[in-house]
Order: sequence, then C-alpha cells, then structure tokens
Amino acid sequence: MSAPLASAAAAVFTEPPPVVVSRGYWATVFARVLRDKVTVFCALVLICMLLMAIFAPWIAPKDPTATSMLKRLALIGSEGYLLGTDELGRDMLSRLIYGARLSLFIGIVPVINAFLIGTLLGVLAGFLGGRVNTVIMRTIDVFFAFPSVLLAIAISGALGAGIFNSIVSLTIVFIPPITRVAESVTTQVRGLDFVEAARASGANALTIIRVHILGNVLGPVFIYATSLMSVCMILASGLSFLGLGTKPPAAEWGLMLNTLRTAIYTNPWVAALPGVMIFTTSICFNMMSDGLRQAMDIKE
Amino acid sequence: MSLLDVQGLVKHFPIKSGLLNRQTATVRAVDGVSFAIAAGETLGVVGESGCGKSTTARLIMHLIEHDAGNIAFDGKTVGSQHMQLKELRRQMQMVFQDSYASLNPRLTIEESIAFGPQVHGLGRTEARARARDLLARVGLNPAQFIRRYPHELSGGQRQRVNIARALALEPKLVILDESVSALDKSVQAQVLNLLADLKQEFKLTYMFISHDLNVVQYISDRVMVMYLGRIAEIGPVGEIYSNPRHPYTRALLSAMPSVDPDDRTEAPPLTGDPPNPINPPSGCRFRTRCEHAEAVCKQKEPVLNMIGTGHSAACHMMNAGSGHSKIIPIAVAA
Repeated sequence: MSAPLASAAAAVFTEPPPVVVSRGYWATVFARVLRDKVTVFCALVLICMLLMAIFAPWIAPKDPTATSMLKRLALIGSEGYLLGTDELGRDMLSRLIYGARLSLFIGIVPVINAFLIGTLLGVLAGFLGGRVNTVIMRTIDVFFAFPSVLLAIAISGALGAGIFNSIVSLTIVFIPPITRVAESVTTQVRGLDFVEAARASGANALTIIRVHILGNVLGPVFIYATSLMSVCMILASGLSFLGLGTKPPAAEWGLMLNTLRTAIYTNPWVAALPGVMIFTTSICFNMMSDGLRQAMDIKE
Repeated sequence: MSLLDVQGLVKHFPIKSGLLNRQTATVRAVDGVSFAIAAGETLGVVGESGCGKSTTARLIMHLIEHDAGNIAFDGKTVGSQHMQLKELRRQMQMVFQDSYASLNPRLTIEESIAFGPQVHGLGRTEARARARDLLARVGLNPAQFIRRYPHELSGGQRQRVNIARALALEPKLVILDESVSALDKSVQAQVLNLLADLKQEFKLTYMFISHDLNVVQYISDRVMVMYLGRIAEIGPVGEIYSNPRHPYTRALLSAMPSVDPDDRTEAPPLTGDPPNPINPPSGCRFRTRCEHAEAVCKQKEPVLNMIGTGHSAACHMMNAGSGHSKIIPIAVAA
C-alpha cells in the first residue's frame, strides 16, 4: 500500500467509529411503524378482527344460523341478545363474528391474488419495455375503461353467484391498478445507475430482476395493495348485497346489510351494524396502509 | 498494442413523436469518434454537457448498442466469438457519477460488491471475502462497513464502495464517468489519490470522464476534448494544456478559474450553449461559436489532423490545404 492511500485510509479509520448498528430496511420500517400510534391501533383492530374470524366458533355466544320467529328484530341490549337479532331472529353478535370470516376472506384473498399476478405483469412490462410493455399495458387500459364496481358486477354476473366466482371477479378487477403501479415503479427503478451497474457486471435479466428490481418494487406495490383491501371489502360486500356474492343463510356483512335493509325503519341500529363493521375494517386497512407508506418513506 | 481501440463510433438517438410514433428527428449524440487507449494509461475526456462523453462511455460498456463503428478490446472485436459480452464486462467496469443511485438501497455494502463476482460464478463465501478485501483497499474498514446500507454512508464513502464494486471483477479497464464530480473538493482529492494508487496496484487503465479541467489535468496521461459528438482535439496532457491548438480547447482552458488575481479571466471566452445536437451546424460543428469561423468552416467538416506526436486536432486552421485564411503552421510540434 503506497503512502497517499495509507494516509487516506488512516483519515477514514481515525474517524470515531459509528456505533449505529445497521438494521435492515424492513427492521427500520417496523421500528418506525411502532412509533406511529394510529397505525399501531388500526393494526391491532385488524388483528382482533382476524382473531375473531379464526376463533368464531369459540367466541360466538349462539349459533349464527339458528332462527327464532318469536324474537325477530330484537333491539340492541335485549336479554340474551347483546346486539339484538335480525329479521329471522338470529343473534346479531354471533352473525357479525361469523361474518368476519367470509368478509375478510373475500376482502383479502382477491387482493393477494391480484398482488401476485399484477406485480409479475407490471415488473415484466416495466423491465422489458418496448413491445411487451405496449401489449401488457394497453390490455390493462381496456379494463380501466370500466368503473371497478361495474366490472366486478359484470364478471360476477357472467360467472354466476358464489364465493369462488366473486373472488375471481374481484381479482380481475384489482389486477389492472396493481399492474400499473408495479410497472411505473419498475420503470423508475430500471433507470437507476445500480441497475446499469448490474448490467455492466454481466448479470442477466432474471438475476437483475431478482436481486435489484424486486426488492425495490415490492414495497411500494405492497402498500398500494393494502390500500386496496378496503375497496375490495366494500366491493365484495356490494356483490353480496346484490346477490352475486355469498348466498343466504351464510353470514357475511354485505349480505346481512342487504337482508336487514327492510328493517331499517323498525330497528335502524341493528340494521346498521354490518355497515359499521365494514366501515371499521376498511378504514383500518386504509389508515394502516397510510402509516406503512410513511414508515417506508425513509429519506436519509 | 492498445487495450481499447474505438473506430468510427456512431450513436444516433431517434426522436419519435406524434400519433404514429414516427421518427421526426435524430440526436447525433456520438457521430464518428475514433480513439485508442493504451494499456496502463489514463485517458481524460472533457467537454460540455451533452457533447457525448457519457454516451461514448456507455457505448464502450455496451450498455447501449452503437449504430456503426467498431470497438476492439485487447485486439479482439467485442461481440465476436473471441470476446463475448459477458467476458468483456468482466474486463471492463464503470463507476458512475451519482454515488447514491449506483448502489441498490436494499442491499448491504458487502452484498453490492459481491454481486458482480457471484454473477461470474464465484461462490458466495469467496465473493464476500473479496468484497471485504476490496473495502480495505479503498480505505474503508470492512468490519465497520460490510453490514451497512448505502444511505448510512457519506458521498465519499459511497463512491469508494462503487470503486470497490467496479474492481471486484478484476477488470483491466475502468471507465470513470464523472466519478468525482459530485464530491466536495477535499473528498475529491482523497478519491483521486485513491484512484491513482489503485491504478498502480492493480495495473489498471482508466478512461476518466469529467467536465472539471483541473481534475483531468491532474489524473490524465492523454486528454480527449469532445464537442457535439465529435473529437475536437486529442493529445498528451502537457501538450493539450500548454499548447492547445483547437479554438474550442483554447476557449475551454481560458475558462478555467485562476487563483492568480493578475491572471484574472476578463471576458467570458465562450458565449451561449452548444448548438442542438439534433441539427448540428454544417461543416465544422464549432463554427457557430468560433471567432475564426470562415466560409470554409461552413462547407467542409474538418478531419482530425496529426499536428504533433500523438496530438491531433480537428480544425481547418491546422490543415494547410483547407483554404482557411489563418493557417497556423504546425512547425512547433516536434
């Protein structure tokens, strides 16, 4: 080692060694999320919902499908029925707890499906560019021409009612927006020097995508996908409401809102309960997604 | 024999517009550039923004494909069976200007440096050992830096990491594209010294692109001056700085800030921006800003003329038969 290098090196080594222990990117994001109380609260609410859905048979006080003609539309706080009963005299509390199962399932699964497919399409379109990009993105644009509600109804209507079909239709609805976000982020990342440098070291496209693109694209796309979960829940409820999703007597919040609508004048509070659940869950998804976005936006 | 031999390199970027995406214009980014770099030397490349310095670098690295011309590395034409692209990329590496954008924010320093060797088949453990070794050579304590992320480093440290990353493939030629331009002066000096040391240690050849004339003078053996996608003048660093022959080189050099108050630069030597490379001026491309421009400059494009040992300039005034009224005798060159 020659003299100037030694001195340059010495200059660096004599700096007080920084004691900061480097955390990985995701560890840093997690620590930042923990500091954001609103996000933590929303995440806790969602975790509660999830636990409620998983352990429904143990938590629910009554059978959610047991009808009672005598106790129809009982008010909130009636004896034995904490949250009243619906139009067929079924226990609202139990039905809301059981409803979390289907409602969360058809709220989350389509978004996960669309996240996987949309990211794949978007990264391919963004990284390869040219013709591939044109073909994928113009096809996506066709789907964008329809309002999402209309598209979901149209596909569901064509496929027929049922949980599986509504998941398929909602997946198709969410692929275009996720693809578009993934494509734009990929296009941005692809132009950065470290991708050039990776190409300059002779790496092939697959290696570059795996090592350099995905790590930088998944984060923003994931955030976007979480914000779609609230929309998906509402759309799924809407499909059920229209009779295109789940079928009675299954407990699902959207469907419950539909069947209870006739009771809106006689017992408005009970009729509004499924709506409250949908609202709470979707707003929590939205707030959590916002919090994540802020936590992941690490400037320096 | 020269390590890198570039002949008649051309890159035109089509500009497409309109509904049918038809080509409406062409940017002549690099328009017939020929030069050679000998093994072990440093070729400095200077010129204003948009003169094609970086495009030339990217063409040589094959990050973009050239339209015409020939690039030979070590006597073998790149892309032929003698020199596959992947092999070329092991022997030729590049350090970019933006030290932050050229490191993946999601990878640790160690992972970034070890990536190249791993692509070329080195095992994970060996690649990481090499990364640590190189970090030490560029003056960063491996124990302190391997697990850190780019955003935790200063600009100078990051550029050292980028240099280590480029060296990880044990290249023969390193292209430094404005690599020290974004660093502040004291750090710049450190990195320049580091580059000089590494050059000796690893027997490297540099192509050093910069707009900073002082830095180029310090590090280069030969200097190439580019203007609007063409070579204006090329020659040994001493010749270029003490005896510039092309009017553009002279203008550039007189624009160098001086620290001597008696040697103050009075008038701006060059006015305005370089003309648009979409429609470069006919004949000599510099004529629109040249005080010596004459009719001949508009009609004929000057060729690179040998005016001394290894010193060439593309100006009609250097060419006795050109018909320019102010022919400068080239007797000085010996």
